[in-house]
This record gives sequence, C-alpha cells and structure tokens, in this order.
Amino acid sequence: MNKTLILSALIAGSLTGSALAQTELSLWYHGAGSANAEEALVNQLVEEFNASQSDWTVVIETFPQLAYNDAVGAAALAGKLPDILDVDGPVMPNWAWANYMQPLGIDESTLEGYLPGPIGRWNGEVYSVGLWDAAVALTTRRSTLEKYGIRIPTLETPWTLDEFNSALETIKASGDFEYPLDLGMAWKGEWYPYAFSPFLQSFGGDIVDRDSYQSAEGILNGDEALAFGEWWQSLFTNGYVPGTSQDSADRETGLLEGKYAMSWNGNWAALPVVEAFGDDVLFLPAPDFGNGSKIGAASWQFGISGTSEHPEGARAFIEFALQDKWFAAFSDGTGLIPVTASAAEATENYKPGGPLEVFYGLSKEQALLRPVTPGYIVQAKVFEKALADIANGADVADTLDAAADEINEDIENNGGYGH
Amino acid sequence: MMAAVSADNRGLRLATRYAVLLLVAIIFVFPLLFMAMSSLKPDQQLLSDTDSLRAFLPVGDISFNNYFAAFERAPIGVFVFNSVLVTGITVVLTILVCSLAGFAFVFLDWTGRGVVFSILLATLIIPYETIFIPLLLMASQLPWIGTEGIEIGWLNTYRVQIIPFIADGLSIFLFVQFFKDLPRELIEASRVEGASWWFIYRRVVMPLSGPVIATAAILKFLFMYNQYLWPLMVVQAEEIRPVMVGLGYFTDQLNVPWGEVMAYLTIITIPVLAFYLSLQRVFIASVASTGVKG
Repeated sequence: MNKTLILSALIAGSLTGSALAQTELSLWYHGAGSANAEEALVNQLVEEFNASQSDWTVVIETFPQLAYNDAVGAAALAGKLPDILDVDGPVMPNWAWANYMQPLGIDESTLEGYLPGPIGRWNGEVYSVGLWDAAVALTTRRSTLEKYGIRIPTLETPWTLDEFNSALETIKASGDFEYPLDLGMAWKGEWYPYAFSPFLQSFGGDIVDRDSYQSAEGILNGDEALAFGEWWQSLFTNGYVPGTSQDSADRETGLLEGKYAMSWNGNWAALPVVEAFGDDVLFLPAPDFGNGSKIGAASWQFGISGTSEHPEGARAFIEFALQDKWFAAFSDGTGLIPVTASAAEATENYKPGGPLEVFYGLSKEQALLRPVTPGYIVQAKVFEKALADIANGADVADTLDAAADEINEDIENNGGYGH
Repeated sequence: MMAAVSADNRGLRLATRYAVLLLVAIIFVFPLLFMAMSSLKPDQQLLSDTDSLRAFLPVGDISFNNYFAAFERAPIGVFVFNSVLVTGITVVLTILVCSLAGFAFVFLDWTGRGVVFSILLATLIIPYETIFIPLLLMASQLPWIGTEGIEIGWLNTYRVQIIPFIADGLSIFLFVQFFKDLPRELIEASRVEGASWWFIYRRVVMPLSGPVIATAAILKFLFMYNQYLWPLMVVQAEEIRPVMVGLGYFTDQLNVPWGEVMAYLTIITIPVLAFYLSLQRVFIASVASTGVKG
C-alpha cells in the first residue's frame, strides 16, 4: 500500500515537474465578445500550439476591442505587457516606435507569397504578421448595371471618375433607389481612413507625405486632395449617398432591401449578399480616380511585446500560426481573406470559383497600406473628422488646410515620430 | 362662496403640482423605459422605432432574444458579481474610514486639524482621471503579502479596484458637515460619563448618522459601479473585470448590436436601482436636512 502511494506520488511529482518545465507565455487578444468564430479559432490555435510542444504554454487573455488599445497603453506604462500582442496593422508602427513591440526576428523568406496587408513592417523590420486580411469592393447586382446600360468594370479596367459619376447620376435619375450608393457613413472610426483614404490616394493625394512622413502640407491639402474633397462633398450635395446620420440598420440591409443600388463594403459582409442575389451579385473594384484603383489593407496581426522575456517562445507561437492550415481555418470561420494563394485554394469562399474569390485578387492588386507611421493613430482621427465635416457641408479647402496643420503640429510635437 | 373659491384654488394648485411632478417623472423615467423596451426588440425595429413613441412601448416583434444573445456574448454574471463585490466592499470601508476621519476632524482636538482639512478639501477639485497615471505606476510597484509571501504589484487584483477609492475628500467632508450639526451636549455628556472616543463614535455618533451614511454610500456606490477607466487600466483578467468594461464586449470595430447593448444595460442597471431604492427614504431625508445633492 505504502509502495503504491509512493509510486503514485512520484508519478504525480514527475507530471507536475514536467508541467512546470513549460514556460508560460501570455497572449492578449482583442476580440472578446466578437460574434463570429474568430475568438474560438484563436483559442483553438493556442490549444494546438500548447499541445504541439513541451517548452511553452500560451495563456490567452481576451479584451473587448473597444478597450484593447487603452489596456495595452496602460500595461506598457506599468511595465506589464504580455509576451504576445494582437495589434491592428496600422497601429503597429506606433507601438513599435513606443517600444511596446520588438521585431519578430522570423525568417522573412517564410513570408514570400503573402498578401501585402498582413505583413507589418516598420523601419525595415517585420514587427507583426496577420493570419488574414480584409478588402472592400463596390457591391452591386449585374441586373442593375445592365438595366441602366452601365459598363461592368473589371480589375484591369475599373471605372474612371467620369464613368463612376455618370453611373451614379444615371441611377439617381431613375428614381428606383433611395440612393445610388451606400458608402457606410453609419460606421465611424477606422472605417473612414480604411475605406475612404484610398479614394484620396487614387486622386493623387494622401493623408501624409509618405516619402518623409514629416508633413501633410501639399499632400492632404494639395490640388489633388482638393479635387478629391470637392468630389467627396458632391456625393452628398447631389444626393448620391446617405450622409453621416445614416441609420446603421440601413447600412446592414439597405442593399439587400433595394434602398441602395451599390454598396461600398468589405468582404466580411459579402456572404449574405451572395446568398440573397446568387449569381447576380457583383464585387467591383474601386474606381480609378486618376492614379490607379486603390483599397485599404491590413487587419489584426500578432507581434512580440517589447518587454517579453521569452521572445523565442513568442516567435515559436507566431511561426506555428503561420500555416496555410490556420489561414484557411480563419478564413472559413470568419469570411476574411487568407493570406496566401495556397491557403485560398483550400477555403470554401476564396478557392477558384468560390463566391468571394474576387476579393483575393482585389487585395493582391489594389491594396495600399494606410500610412506606415507612428503618427497614423492621430492622423486617422484628423482625417475622419475632416471627411465628416466636408460631408456635412464644411468648406473643402479650409477643412483640409486645418487637417494638414493639425497633423503637422502633431508630428512636430512628437519629434517627427522617429522617421 | 369663499369656501368654494378656496376649494377650487386648492384643487387647481394640486392639479398643477401633479402635472409638474408627472412631467418631471416622465423626463426621468423615459430613458429607462426606452432602454428596457429596446432590449426586447430586434435591432432593425429598435432603430426604426426611435422616431416615434413606439420606442417607449412593448410593441412589434417582442422577445427576450437579446438577453439570451447578451449572455452568450459576455460572462455577464461574472461582471455583475465583480462590480457588486468591489462596490460593496468599497462602500462599507468608505463609510468606516471616512466617518472615522470626519469624527477626528470634528470631535478630537489636534494640532494642524484646520490645515489638514483644508488640504483635504482641496483634493475635491482634482479630477481622478488626472492622477490615474501616477496611481497606476504606484499600484504596479506596491507590495502585498499574499499566499506565497510578499508579492510586488497590485495590478490584476480586486484590491487595486478597491483600496485606492476607500478614503476620499467628498465623503469625509460630508461626515464632517453632518457631525458638526450633532448636539455637542451628547458628546460632552458621554465624556463626563467616562465613555471612550471609540464608544462615542460607535454608540452615540454613528447611530444618529443614518442620513449621511446613506448619502455617502449612494454617491460612492454610483462612482464605483460606474468605474471604467481605472479598471480598464489595472485589470486584465476577465474573471475580475467589472460591468462597465464589459460593455465593450458589445461593440466591435464597425457594428453595435443595439438590442444586446440595451439588454446588457438593463441587467446592469438592476443592482444600482435596487441599492438606490433601498436607501431612497434615508437619502431624501438627508438631502432635505443637509442640502446635499446626489
């Protein structure tokens, strides 16, 4: 009896010892409460990583997205950052600049063939990598365009500015819809720079000068930007799009209910439209306003915190996640775009002939990262306010001048943000 | 004739008074009614009802689906438990500590009392948010004797949500003002009888202080229950997260499920209403007697 007890104790002790030998890595994730399958998949990824090796145990802590960035900022201040951070792509340069993050240190050849958006690069080094990306498109119905004799644009020959304006005018004149186009003005925050700054960039302007990242003067308020601003305002004054007070329910269902002829929306909202319209649905590329068709890129990514004492463990976790298997699983679970072509082939929606295949091409061909600078988080808010003000009737030149001044002041106050 | 006119006037005054009271009641009740009714409606109906009185009525497609969805989305029970626990302990300790401090300011004679009280009053004009950063740095380095000996850092604990808020200038001020109005004869008589200060505090002063205790408790309860920024900064673990941070579970980057938000808000409002209603009578008596507003 005593021998049995001693043996049991020894076995238990050795098991405990082996468990203790695993070093704990903390991972913070932003998606607490998210309605889709993303959170469950992140948990599954963590579980499989933990089971796949005996050196590391990743422990996940989830935060509501609304509070996530503030929680990270507070933890950085207190020196309590986790080992692995989940970071929104355009925010990454700010966290890298503030030393919240350190370079990943992974073999960059493993990232060959990835879409451009999911690779988070700052100062020549990769700081974060995503398992998916997102893309936006003009969603409409083939029958609608054919009814009004409007050319169906392609990735190679998108609409020009004149064609786009003409299409809007034609649909407006028909009186068949409340509005020809839904831009998603009911959505606020990051939607504005993500969805609308590519229009500005296609006009030839930008939020900030990408050569130096030291000024917005002449870029956000230059001739091209003014042309963009005037056009942007005309969308509202001509009654082509709902304004900033758009009902969020209309944003969700306006296209399906026939209130809008077209909708500027992301791939995450595409499947219900496919289900409703079937083969009649069209996902069209952004118009080319003079400098090529452009759409936003970069979603949430994983990186290593600047204070992690176990970067090799964090790196091992991220490398484990960078497999087609996971890209496909996340894509199938959430509807987002897998980051490699080989993973896309293994998905339900992005495989050749899949209902969302077009989004992979859009992401590959048209994606333009939002300004890769630590100042972006301020610039995004300034840009959002300027666009909302112009939509509500503010003077275009004055508004863009003020926005450029505000961005320049912020850059100056932060010593140029390390560029 | 005179009697009839007088009766008419009284009736008119009464009707006017009730009309005004009804109007005020409607203004105060409508937001709560809107919240509760909206929590029963699907999002699209909820939003379309907002331009009519239907927003305040249980009409249309009514169900508890938003409640089921809300409970599925977030561990609401955990959040409510945490908030009630943190708030409850803080309120009890605040009443104890601040009443003792107020007692010392009013009844004990000690050097520097006036200066210390002035400094205390000065803290009333400092918004909490302005001291959160240094407080955070301090809390992250403070020692604590735990089950495994001395630990460094209070972050991610219940105590970091409680201890910094126990003593506050406003509660001490309320107790001081109230204690000043208590008959000095009671205290002097007790001293003559040989009662200790602790006995006087416990058996003479506190039993007479129901109104100020209720006032301080309600104010502290509301402050603690509505805490957002501080727990957001110091708490990372979901199992000790309070209700206001939990509200973030109901918004993502682009969409807000308004029905679920309303269901969540309705649920988390219940403890506040219950607490307020249980102390309402004493609170109103306190407001009437001290002029302190909640």
